[in-house]
Amino acid sequence: MSVGAPRALASSGQKPITEILHPLSAAEEPLSVTVGGDKQEVALTNGTPVETSSPASTSSLFNRLQLDDDLEADVRDPYADSTEMRDLFVTVDDPKKHVSTMETYITYRVSTKTSRVEFDLPEYCVRRRYQDFDWLRIKLEDSQPTHLIPPLPEKFVMKGVVDRFSEEFVETRMKALDKFLKRVADHPVLSFNPHLTAFLTVKDLNKRQGLALLSKVGESVKHVAGGYKLRARPAEFCAMGEYLDTFNQKLGTIDRIAQRILKEQSEYLTELREYGGVYSSWVGSEEELRRPLEGVAGCVTTSCGALEDLGDNMSLDFLPVLREYVLYLESIKNVLRKRDQSQAEYEGRLEAAILRKQEDRTPMPLEVEKCQDKVECFNADLKADWERWQSNKRHDFKQLLTGMADRNINSYEKSQAAWESLITLLQDKQTEDKTSETN
Amino acid sequence: MMADSGSNEEVAVIGNTDITSTETESNIINTMVERGTALLRKMEINKHGQLKLFQVGGAPAAPDTLWRRYSEFELLRTFLLVTYPYIIIPPLPEKRAEFQWHKLAADNLDPDFVERRRVGLENFLLRVASHPVLSNDKLYFLFLTEEKGWREAVLETGFQDKVDSRLKSLSAMFRVKNPDKRFTAMKQYSDELNTVISQLLRVRARVADRLYGVYKVHGNYGRVFSEWSAIEKEMGDGLQSAGHHMDTYAAQIDDILEEEEHYADQLKEYLFYTDAVRSVCKKHELIQYELEMAAQELISKKQQREELATGTVRVFSLKGMTSKLFGTESQEQRESRLAALEQSIQEGEETLKEKNTECKEFVQMAWQDIERFKEQKDKDLREALISYAIMQISTCKKGIQVWSNAKDCFNKM
Repeated sequence: MSVGAPRALASSGQKPITEILHPLSAAEEPLSVTVGGDKQEVALTNGTPVETSSPASTSSLFNRLQLDDDLEADVRDPYADSTEMRDLFVTVDDPKKHVSTMETYITYRVSTKTSRVEFDLPEYCVRRRYQDFDWLRIKLEDSQPTHLIPPLPEKFVMKGVVDRFSEEFVETRMKALDKFLKRVADHPVLSFNPHLTAFLTVKDLNKRQGLALLSKVGESVKHVAGGYKLRARPAEFCAMGEYLDTFNQKLGTIDRIAQRILKEQSEYLTELREYGGVYSSWVGSEEELRRPLEGVAGCVTTSCGALEDLGDNMSLDFLPVLREYVLYLESIKNVLRKRDQSQAEYEGRLEAAILRKQEDRTPMPLEVEKCQDKVECFNADLKADWERWQSNKRHDFKQLLTGMADRNINSYEKSQAAWESLITLLQDKQTEDKTSETN
Repeated sequence: MMADSGSNEEVAVIGNTDITSTETESNIINTMVERGTALLRKMEINKHGQLKLFQVGGAPAAPDTLWRRYSEFELLRTFLLVTYPYIIIPPLPEKRAEFQWHKLAADNLDPDFVERRRVGLENFLLRVASHPVLSNDKLYFLFLTEEKGWREAVLETGFQDKVDSRLKSLSAMFRVKNPDKRFTAMKQYSDELNTVISQLLRVRARVADRLYGVYKVHGNYGRVFSEWSAIEKEMGDGLQSAGHHMDTYAAQIDDILEEEEHYADQLKEYLFYTDAVRSVCKKHELIQYELEMAAQELISKKQQREELATGTVRVFSLKGMTSKLFGTESQEQRESRLAALEQSIQEGEETLKEKNTECKEFVQMAWQDIERFKEQKDKDLREALISYAIMQISTCKKGIQVWSNAKDCFNKM
């Protein structure tokens, strides 16, 4: 990939920068998730470059950006940041199949555009596979345990059940990976993590990090601070835990409902197809009724097509996002647990220190103070991330649900149009016949 | 015409639509007006399961209302079938509910079913009223005007004798030597129509079942959105109201499917019509067959006469054989036999003439009615299909409305 070509900036976050409105602007547009632009072909064999949506040149966009080193977690609407402070844009696209003697796998193109000084160049393009994303996530979790790390799409797929190389699967996975990376790049702290930098810039990630044999260690195993028991969890963290539990439940229910609807719709579709077929077969016996019967058969077919599209869209766009959020909730719960552990450790050490102090009047040991700092940082980071997460979640679900509504509306509109044109056709014929009768 | 007639007609033929056009109105009422049969029937069911007829206008000194049971309708129809074998007699609605999708009761006492049956019976009477031949039948008129003595009047016609012969004709297996191609084609068409409409009704019932499932499952979103909204701050209101719209969506299917039943009823009427068509064709076959038989018999008798006269045996006859075996008969015997044959031949020729006339008349009247029926069928089914399309459009519009409302709520999340 040439780096110097004047190409549109790949977007970070939810929209290309030219489409993001200033929060104070009057017009409100529906936000849309783009993967480096509008609809694209997922090419498995020839890696056709993806069209990005905004035509603005790199330089003019740079001019609009502030080069800002402000790292503080901004608790305002995340999209207020984007128009003023965003300086890191990442995109995941262009899946390609790699066949080697040992294995077959897919790689994705990860494009970066940035004005940050941490990066040597303003643009990068590397190819990464799922394993690499997994490595990045583990590194982020390890190095930033007090922050909420976005989830990855599921790692394991049953080989017999799902075709790992099917277009739909690859596209769904790629969108999830793109979202993951964008969320990390948007994060005021995570985006400056050196592992992220390495991920985005280094050509051969494997060799440098020697991760080929790295296996994902169970998260709960890390950070177990030797059996300290938590006394009193602050109310707000309790509330977070409860919220996550209930939300998890509701997401599970919604997932089940959506799947049930897909099943019912699929069965309906089967019957509807046969139904249209009967009208078609009737045509043969009739003369005057040919047209109306063919028309009805045609409309039923159109409705079938619309319904099929609806089902496909729901499978591809709706269900995966739901499932991603369930994973997100799990990872957040883990962070809450870690926070509890670090508080427990602090309380434990504090208690021990107090006892010793009473005995021999030594000053508060450094470790206890360090622990206290750690807990306070943890709480602050978590609170900030939580607010940011809530805000993102609200936006994501708004988008998800309006998308679902739109698709249903679309499906009905297609069907309605077909039936309406049939009526027009038949009523025209009727007036034709009447006038010829009276003549 | 009373103002009521419009609503009854709509129920029988079209159903609720957004698009109204004079062209899509059934022509039955208009035809009745044209023919001056100013009878309008509106029916009600009373608790005894009898049907009440309201009659407006019509014959003077006629009671305003009288009662008729389903069995009396059946009697009327049987009478018409037998009396006018060359006419395609309009069908009665089904006695038991068939082709139902599972949610609809197959129960004969279910109020919806009873109402639809009422409409079907009314439709039957209107069809008869608008038929150029049947509408003049005296017993039909009495059906509408004489509650008490009607049954007796029907029995007095002695139509029952003909019932047996009709049944025989329907079930008999006979081969016609020179079938009338038009009638053969019509019978075949009628069988095809019967098959395809049965299929259509069966699949439609399955489609209705499935669609019901799709809509109702969406109702679950209502509940879960409501529960979810309880744990949300800013998103709560939007979710909650969206949930209500999902409930509305789930409820839409009940009306949608109920309306579609009218379409199914229109198809059913023609399904049952095919039986009537078939029976006219079969009757024609029988008449044709009898004609052929009569002609055959006459030929054979004439041959016998010739033999007797010339003494040659060309056709085998028992008499001939026995006379060969046991000796010839006397001149006297021969002459008496000839005379008997002549008589028989004359009768045979009379019979043949009658059969010929009967056949010609039957063919003429039946074919006229068949042409009338074909036109009626094309018009009615075309209208039914159009009204079906209108129903589909209405369903789509309702769906769009509810999802748009839900989308607005989501946007406020």
